[in-house]
Amino acid sequence: MTKVSKEMSPEQVRDSKIYLDWSLTQEEYELIVATLDRLPNFTETGIFSGMWSEHVSYKKSKPILKKFWSQNERVLQGPGEGAGILDIGDGQAVVFKAESHNHPSFVEPYEGAATGIGGILRDIFSMGAQPIAALDSLRFGELNNPRTRHLVDGIIAGIAGYGNAIGIPTVGGEIAFDDVYAGNPLVNVMAVGLMEKTAMQVGQAKGVGNSVIYVGAKTGRDGINGASFASAEFSSTHESDRSAVQVGDPFLEKLVMDTTLQAVREYADIIVGIQDMGAAGLLSSSSEMASKAGQGMTLNLDLVPQRETNMTPYELMLSESQERMLFVVKRGEEQAIIDLFETNDLDAVIIGEVTDNEQFILEFDGEIVADVPIDFLTHAPKQDLPMAVPARIKELSSKQYLPDMSDLKKTVLSLIAQPTIASKAALFRHFDSMVRADTVIKPGGDAALIRVRGTQKALAMTTDVNARYLYLDPLKGAQMAVAEAARNIVATGALPIGITDGLNFGSPDNPEVYYELDQAVSGINIMAKQLNTPIISGNVSLYNETDGRAIYPTPMIGMVGLLEDVTKATTIDFKNAGDVIYLIGETEASFNGSEIQKMQTGSIGGQLFDIDPTAELKSQRLVLEGIDQKLFASVHDLSEGGLIVSLLESSFAGNLSFQVTTNWLSHYLFSETPSRFLVSVPADKMSYFEELGGQYVTKLGLVTSDDDWQITTATETLAGSRAETKKIYQESISWQLKA
Amino acid sequence: MRAAVISFPGSNCDFDMLYALQDFGVDAQIISAKTNDLTNFDAIFLPGGFSYGDYLRTGAIARFSPIMSAVTQAANEGKIIVGICNGFQILTEAGLLPGQLLMNKNPGFICDEVLLTIANPDTAYTNTYNANEKILIPIAHGEGNYYADEATLDQLENNHQVVFRYADNPNGSARDIAGIMNEQGNVFGMMPHPERAVDPITGNIDGQGFFKSILSAILTKVTA
Repeated sequence: MTKVSKEMSPEQVRDSKIYLDWSLTQEEYELIVATLDRLPNFTETGIFSGMWSEHVSYKKSKPILKKFWSQNERVLQGPGEGAGILDIGDGQAVVFKAESHNHPSFVEPYEGAATGIGGILRDIFSMGAQPIAALDSLRFGELNNPRTRHLVDGIIAGIAGYGNAIGIPTVGGEIAFDDVYAGNPLVNVMAVGLMEKTAMQVGQAKGVGNSVIYVGAKTGRDGINGASFASAEFSSTHESDRSAVQVGDPFLEKLVMDTTLQAVREYADIIVGIQDMGAAGLLSSSSEMASKAGQGMTLNLDLVPQRETNMTPYELMLSESQERMLFVVKRGEEQAIIDLFETNDLDAVIIGEVTDNEQFILEFDGEIVADVPIDFLTHAPKQDLPMAVPARIKELSSKQYLPDMSDLKKTVLSLIAQPTIASKAALFRHFDSMVRADTVIKPGGDAALIRVRGTQKALAMTTDVNARYLYLDPLKGAQMAVAEAARNIVATGALPIGITDGLNFGSPDNPEVYYELDQAVSGINIMAKQLNTPIISGNVSLYNETDGRAIYPTPMIGMVGLLEDVTKATTIDFKNAGDVIYLIGETEASFNGSEIQKMQTGSIGGQLFDIDPTAELKSQRLVLEGIDQKLFASVHDLSEGGLIVSLLESSFAGNLSFQVTTNWLSHYLFSETPSRFLVSVPADKMSYFEELGGQYVTKLGLVTSDDDWQITTATETLAGSRAETKKIYQESISWQLKA
Repeated sequence: MRAAVISFPGSNCDFDMLYALQDFGVDAQIISAKTNDLTNFDAIFLPGGFSYGDYLRTGAIARFSPIMSAVTQAANEGKIIVGICNGFQILTEAGLLPGQLLMNKNPGFICDEVLLTIANPDTAYTNTYNANEKILIPIAHGEGNYYADEATLDQLENNHQVVFRYADNPNGSARDIAGIMNEQGNVFGMMPHPERAVDPITGNIDGQGFFKSILSAILTKVTA
């Protein structure tokens, strides 16, 4: 009896309907039967389920995703490859992408988060780029939930365990807390790489007869069909999915990374294509490489390096074991690549070849165990799904929330202790943010800034989204996410140049969720075009629901900016007593969806306030102009919590206080009107700046060396000890984690 | 001065150290831990990282690398040997420095910038700093809690082998020890990362004195 004959027969697959457990629909199965003109066997059914999962095929989101604007003068590579690439001049390019690891991180927080870092780094170096930084965008339930504290600990430790060991600095990101994420935390990671334009690699298998070389870790049974796992909803009664989580080895990944980059440097002429093995492992990497090149491929699975015995073709193809890459190399030249990897103690084995028959053929134990048309396999039937405006949005009141100002001091102190506002330094300090010695602005600023060694340039990077805004209005909220990310970048002095996204949504089968996705993509597009930041890569994570409850629509925006002269880098901290503080931009009553509404009422509601793309661009241009002319001692954007929070953060970071007077009513201190910045200007540059800014800037007061900060509004004067307030801001998260 | 920066599989601060040395005009190069000859070098640097993944005990596998016999020979010849972070852990594992680096008192990796006090300004690593001067140097480790028995600690103190101390102990190290040298003074290890504090653009140059000290010590030795 051969090994494969022990598996279910094609008839048993049909009769047991096991494909339904693998997230294939009945219609899809029937289409496969009709197209093959026979019943698919067990292995074939398995590979269709992997390739046609939403996580790999984007069959449900693609009709929306194709609307993304992704072309401008800088774009060298848009969506469709491992990562997007932008030209940054001088023959160099920046490569970046985001990825989600939400489901694995909930089941197994440490490994789920760790392998998220590993996967996104492979996306970067498979393009031929040296990863230079990683960022994390994390969402958790409220900290008073013990399960949340367990998830925070595990996920932070996992990111640290992997990122620190591989030696790529984790330089930024953001963390927010809301009850909607309690049963479905979000772990989005973004990685940024740098390359010479000439080193660009693509994941294509061109050239009939060329060899397919498997490189890196051996294949085990971890993460079998993880892509289908990631494409289904959770239920609290079903927690036995642990085997669908992969286990990471950062040491091995570092060897794979360094050797892959060495191969790109030394053997560019014989390497045809490189692809990492991510979702759906060997299956998707091999079939997609061939399909993109319009070729077929034959693999002999007996040759795949294995670390467990008796693995079946299904397991070998669907395993998501980490730290593996697939190379396509010119026929006859393979030995150079094999020798290079072996020098670094890594497996490199020829497992197949590129063919001209456009079939995907798998051999195992002397039999052909799969033989399917490759284009059919790699192009899942699209699904146009119905949309509906969520009932909750139709019912929103048009009135803005009016904050309760009965105790202003108490309100301010409570606000800065809110987990979403308070300093995340206690969490971020577990990440090595300085390895590679290029980090100019470390976590805690508006955006991270990484110097490009050997040039005057630096790259700014950030992740951002306020999902509460999207919950109230996905179209405007998505515009605000892009605008806010761009303000982070601009505050360092860098010009925003491009976007990667991590679209985290509930089940697309729910018309209201599908509507949210559609609106969010439209919103991202509107602001991206306004700011000339094309969307060059991204990731979609759907089915973020537990027990039928969806998360807020959370399209994480990862943005990169270019600063031509790193010596002009600007930070958020007040620098000198006597500098003059200004607000850039106009302030309105913007409270629906705000932090103060959430804090004071326990929920958010009402129609979201507006964002004006023209005002946004105007503010950003003014800041960039001012930084270029060296007018500012500090720049900080305004976001959650409004002006008061930005003032305090600049004060804490610089260990200086402020004395500010405004004719506003007190509650405007908490308004979250977009398109605003807080800047401090040395006195001798004041008049020049006022002329430049005109009506668009408002003088607020002075930076002081006093122990107390002070604000006077139209109705009252509020003062506080800087040391005391700073302590609350810095220690709040630690206290709540220990509580 | 010719310097070797040893690259163990899993080292990740090897290039940071190389660039820092090159910034000071040192003729430095990366040397693989799989080789075993350091005769052409005046100073040897063991950089930070996670050698062999540090899955067993930090530095425990790296100490068996082929290069370590050459490092020991160079130490015996009186050459300067510097271990930073994981390099310090490897030197203690190899028995070239006393003591051991344990898990941080509060378990978990910490990345921060901390104040160090110059405990001994008359060393090859600190001669450009003043006694008790405080410098700000980055740390990035999960196992930096220096441990030795009381007798060894007393001996380190009496011989002035403690080179740097933490002003505000971040990891539970005995007697706030951040860096030590051997009795001869030519083998040195510290957990903090001076190579991350040399370039003004990164906002901290307090580590420059460390490299200037080593250069001056080697120059003095060569001319003497």
